[in-house]
Amino acid sequence: MASAAAGPGPGPGASQSAPAAPRGAGLRRAYRLLRERAPWAHQALLGQAFAATAVAMGLPAFLLVAVALGARGGFWLVLLLTAPLVALSIRPLTAVQRSRFAALLGLEIPVLPRIAGPYGPRRLHAWLRAETTRRQAGYHLLAAPVLAAAGAASLACSAVGLLFSTVYLWVWALPPQNRVADWGYTTQAAYLTALGLALLWLAPWIAEGVVRADVRLAAALLGPSLAEQLERRVEDLAESRAGVVDAADAERRRIERDLHDGVQQRLVSLAMNLGLARRTLKDLPPEALRVIAEAQQEAQAAIAELRDVVRGLHPAVLEDRGLDAALSGIAARAPLPVRLHVDMPERPVPTVEAVAYFVVAEALTNVVKHAGASRAEIWVAARNGLLRIAVSDDGRGGADPDAGPRAGSFAGGGSGLSGLRKRVASVDGRFSLSSPVGGPTTVTVELPCAL
Amino acid sequence: MRAVIAEDSVLLRVGLVKVLEAVGYEVAAAVGDAEGLLAAVEEHRPDVVVVDVRMPPGFTDEGVRAALVIRRQWPQIGVLLLSQYVEERYAADLLAANTRGVGYLLKERVADVDEFVEALQRVAGGGTALDPEVVAQLLLRRHSSDPLEALTPREREVLGLMAEGRSNAAIAELLVVSDSAVAKHINSIFSKLDLPPAEATHRRVLAVLRFLEGT
Repeated sequence: MASAAAGPGPGPGASQSAPAAPRGAGLRRAYRLLRERAPWAHQALLGQAFAATAVAMGLPAFLLVAVALGARGGFWLVLLLTAPLVALSIRPLTAVQRSRFAALLGLEIPVLPRIAGPYGPRRLHAWLRAETTRRQAGYHLLAAPVLAAAGAASLACSAVGLLFSTVYLWVWALPPQNRVADWGYTTQAAYLTALGLALLWLAPWIAEGVVRADVRLAAALLGPSLAEQLERRVEDLAESRAGVVDAADAERRRIERDLHDGVQQRLVSLAMNLGLARRTLKDLPPEALRVIAEAQQEAQAAIAELRDVVRGLHPAVLEDRGLDAALSGIAARAPLPVRLHVDMPERPVPTVEAVAYFVVAEALTNVVKHAGASRAEIWVAARNGLLRIAVSDDGRGGADPDAGPRAGSFAGGGSGLSGLRKRVASVDGRFSLSSPVGGPTTVTVELPCAL
Repeated sequence: MRAVIAEDSVLLRVGLVKVLEAVGYEVAAAVGDAEGLLAAVEEHRPDVVVVDVRMPPGFTDEGVRAALVIRRQWPQIGVLLLSQYVEERYAADLLAANTRGVGYLLKERVADVDEFVEALQRVAGGGTALDPEVVAQLLLRRHSSDPLEALTPREREVLGLMAEGRSNAAIAELLVVSDSAVAKHINSIFSKLDLPPAEATHRRVLAVLRFLEGT
């Protein structure tokens, strides 16, 4: 991230990548570089301003060193006395530096995590031992003074350059009798002017060096280390993924509720009214009665179909009585004999329960659709924070979770299995499949009981 | 016969009232939640209540819990639960004490008015009416030590129909066998479940209970 943020102006890659005409391109590039680094260019001024603040930031360290050196024999004594002062100033100094980078360069240095725990010697000890403390101290005590010196050099270049390049003006301001004798329109003045101009052009380059070095050092020393950043990123991702999984789960519940309280009820009411009509309108012609009966059967079939869909989403009994109760429902409705063994001392978190339910439902659907099995068996056991699920059948095997819906002779199994695998992965679960051609097929899934 | 209906969907509530009144029931009250149901039962003391499992405020098993309260407090009142999908766990709760005057059906069974009314009559008269889906779920989980394992598929089928609340004649008709064949199966079930001859109906309830306890 340091390299990405470093360096004002477009990188050299930007101009090289353009397919420029061979002739004149070099000149144009040189001109553009000169224009960008011109003392009055925006970048240059910003760099100088940044260098100036670097000087300001280096002052405390300079003073510290100066006092320590000035005390000569008392060097160690001074160091001992100032050490607490330095320690106290590390946090505020880092804060100031962070706001400096944000304000001048728009660079956000990630905030370091605070040392946890109540204030006291133990926390102080932890803070002193922390690697981040050493890195910060290194920046404030070693890098900052060096950068300040370089910044000062840049500013000095500017100042001296300004003074020298305008030497003729100064000469003109002198009384006429002194002009020719001491300074006059001599070659010296011309040299000085040239030197001043050179210094003026040089200053932004130094400032830019300060900016680049400072950005790199600050990113490396003031912020969290790469490992810490990755760790935090992993934490953030895990958290956001858990959020997404929970949200999807909640959404499924909402859809289930909407269907249950809306469409399903209407269909039942329709079927009920048709049934009532059949019973009460006995004097209708037989064709009309037959049509009503057919309509009623249609409605009942639609209800049964919708029931299976809705139940696959998230049955209320899952929330209410847990996985064991919910699974007996799907196992019983399977059109082949299913044995169900559940051994769960306590319930996992709702999201995991939902995933486990989906796994069994989907695996069983696959068995029914593709396996050509005569029976299936479901094992669910929770041990040591792990929920193990196995669904096996005595079918023809050859299932492949990587196969697309059209690949292979047992087509269609793939899409369901890959969806299953994704769903398992969404809660850091493990999925494995054993399905030799000729069978039997066993889907094994391990889920963490808590997220 | 007097009935109380608890169903939160207005559409179905009105439909249920129509169905019940069409077959000559007097609907004493039709309410939308479990609390209202208990109050109405307290007030009207009906012969039978028809209860939706999922009702406000929680929309999970409020109906089951209200049904359990009714069975405990007013055991003579028949309770017929209706649900969008049936869960054997709710049935097991409901049947835990005894199978007298309990029914648990899928909502759509109401559409077959005659069949529904027959089930309701059974429940009001102290019998049972279990949906075939519930019975299928109840049959599902059997351990090897379970005496029910010893039953032949046909015997299990007969026992399931007994649990649904059917009479011998009804079972014979459904399975297209003779009455005596059904009686033979039932005797075989009694002996396999180790239920020595006693008063016939009592053994029947015991067998069904044994069957339901297994879950």
